[in-house]
Amino acid sequence: MQFTFTGEQHQFRDVVKRFLRDKSPATEVRRLMETDEGFDPVVWKQLSEELALPALPVPEIFGGAGFGFVELSIVMEEMGRSLLCAPYFSSAVLAVSAILNAGTENQKQSLLPQIASGSIRATLAMTESNGRWDASAVELVAQVEKDHFVLRGEKSFVVDGHTADLLIVVARLEGSEGDNGISFCSVDGDAPGIEKTLLRTMDPTRKLARLDFNGVRAQPLGEPGAGFHALNKTLDQAAIALSNEMVGGAQFLMDSAIEYSKIRVQFGRVIGSFQAIKHKCADMLIQLELAKSAAYYAAAAVDAGDSCLPALASMAKSAASDAYMQIAAECIQIHGGIGFTWDQDTHLWFKRAKSSEVFLGDPAYHRELVMQRWEEGI
Amino acid sequence: MNDPTEGSVREEVRTWLADNWDPNLSLVDWRNKLADSGWGVPGWPKQWYGRDLHAVLASTVEEEFAAINAVGVARTGIRMLAAATILEHGTDVHKKKFLRRILTGEDTWCQLFSEPGSGSDLAGATTRADYDGEKWIINGQKVWTTSAHHADYGLLLARTDWDLPKHQGLTYFILNMKQPGVDVHQLRQMNGHASFNQVFFTDAQIAPQYQVDEKGAGWKVAMTTLAHERRGAGGLGRANHDSGLTGPIYEEERKEIATVMEPYKWYPQRAGRVDLALPRARETGRIEDANVRQEIAKLLIMSKSAGWTAQRARAAQEQGMPQGPEGSLSKLAASNVARQASRVHTLISGADALLTGSDGAMDGVIAEILVSVPATSIAGGTDEIQRNIIAERVLGMEKEPRFDTGPFKDVPKNVT
Repeated sequence: MQFTFTGEQHQFRDVVKRFLRDKSPATEVRRLMETDEGFDPVVWKQLSEELALPALPVPEIFGGAGFGFVELSIVMEEMGRSLLCAPYFSSAVLAVSAILNAGTENQKQSLLPQIASGSIRATLAMTESNGRWDASAVELVAQVEKDHFVLRGEKSFVVDGHTADLLIVVARLEGSEGDNGISFCSVDGDAPGIEKTLLRTMDPTRKLARLDFNGVRAQPLGEPGAGFHALNKTLDQAAIALSNEMVGGAQFLMDSAIEYSKIRVQFGRVIGSFQAIKHKCADMLIQLELAKSAAYYAAAAVDAGDSCLPALASMAKSAASDAYMQIAAECIQIHGGIGFTWDQDTHLWFKRAKSSEVFLGDPAYHRELVMQRWEEGI
Repeated sequence: MNDPTEGSVREEVRTWLADNWDPNLSLVDWRNKLADSGWGVPGWPKQWYGRDLHAVLASTVEEEFAAINAVGVARTGIRMLAAATILEHGTDVHKKKFLRRILTGEDTWCQLFSEPGSGSDLAGATTRADYDGEKWIINGQKVWTTSAHHADYGLLLARTDWDLPKHQGLTYFILNMKQPGVDVHQLRQMNGHASFNQVFFTDAQIAPQYQVDEKGAGWKVAMTTLAHERRGAGGLGRANHDSGLTGPIYEEERKEIATVMEPYKWYPQRAGRVDLALPRARETGRIEDANVRQEIAKLLIMSKSAGWTAQRARAAQEQGMPQGPEGSLSKLAASNVARQASRVHTLISGADALLTGSDGAMDGVIAEILVSVPATSIAGGTDEIQRNIIAERVLGMEKEPRFDTGPFKDVPKNVT
């Protein structure tokens, strides 16, 4: 396994970082988080056309750029750092992974090129209001008609579900339960019978929607009823991508706390000269570096086709969630009173830390999965 | 001549080993061949028993040795720290007298740094070295000295000037341990082992040529020794597993390792024995407990991530980035792992954690973990010192105001 980034990957990171520094300053984050859409279509067009970022994880034969998961994770890390408000996670990570894992070659051919070009934005609708992230929690029913499904039920916590042009829905066949009957399907975001409700989210930088399906006609994706493994793989990949996003955000907060500790003066000295603050910062760095290692390793494991991927994904998700949340809390603490104000930016990342901690399953959930998935030789 | 490549080095060492490796040689004779040829420490300078090879190529050489079970140079204990320090700061006299016998294993070494009055504050050493016109006279006390009871030489940090600020008044010496003015007493630890010693100096002597670097440069030299210690150049973790090979040279090596490793036999327990967590949890049935599962998972994640972090640091170093204070990062991570492991072993053991020795779980191994882990966050620089190092040198935070910058004689000290 490779433990460093290549020169090309470093250069790629720099390009993405520069773009995001320019397009996603905190002022833009604040402007966009107040909108219902939650993203700037102009910036989306630029990141699609100039940097071809949505094409990154899509193989070339399906109109993509065919990069690896490591590159995708670099993008996620930088987006996490800059807190970019855009449907990248939903479209390029969740939906693309689901289509690649579940779809037939023809379905990939028909769905992926437009997602890769950024001309349509897709998302994955998996979770329901029970808030669980495992296959057995899926209740939305797909009734099989000749060549299509009819969907009845609800989805919730759907990232960018209110704005996505294309929905990849996880349903179950009528009468099935548990891990059986899991079925993927695709449906236009504005198909008749879908009722979309934007949820009031604690993290306003990542929009979530509730979707009610009242007899909605949808196209099966892959073999009906055989989606269990594709779903797990999709969730693992999503967890790894999100982990990389989280360590990027955590790095931003740690940097900001340290920077502040070097200029804030109390008792006649900068507060960063007090061991109470220094030791906090050292602990943050350790936690961050360990979480980064887990996130990077897991990303490389996707590209390597590592059979331990499920355990690695859960390790990365749990480590990154804990690190981001802990660093976010300490960042506020080091800023003191001003860190608790709306005008200071820390809370924007704090809220993303919180939403990421819970999304795809909280650290305790993933630690339990680590125990179930642990095998010799990880 | 072309620069050596992995292929050329591999071929060259293979040929040399094929011509020279002989398990019937005595350990010292074989290692003298290694010293003469440079294959024993290929990363060292050509002039001094090495071949000037890059670390990556040096590990290629190690692989070839391992492939045919050829014995290497002596690496255990403090000797490699002594060698690294002498290579960097020593005179040709030092190099000639000490390096070869370090490699052959004929001499063993100890490190005379810590004192009862200066632990974390190493530069506060009060062991004194006074020059009487012909030689240095040493008086004072050192502590936590591993292997002092059998060491031939010690790396000594002593005060030679009390009027200068503390870091400037220290000088580094090589001390002959086998002399009348040196008394060594064992120090018993809370886990019952006695791995370390107290060393008392009463008019012990050092000839002037065994001063290392300039008078007053002791702190700088000690930093070299400690940097090598932190990056694991010492032989503490090596050769722990028995090769199982039979033959006179292997027996000799085994005996050597056993002697040097004796003080370290509880070190695996000190690190927390992460490897035992899952087997013990399964064996005791505690694996069914949700809380135990959470704590074990935390441990496994932390331990794995720490390992990957160390690999990232190594990989970065191989790409030519200088090794900095990341050693402090991995040391602190290891402390966190050890403490979590101790919690996990307590949870798994339940009431059995009350017992020790042959009454305890795994014949006392688990109890030994619980009473050995506290050493991890103290030895080799406390967690708090590591945090300071990380904050100041990695994160660039300002140093604490100091109260010990004047002449050392005026600095407040422990009451003795």
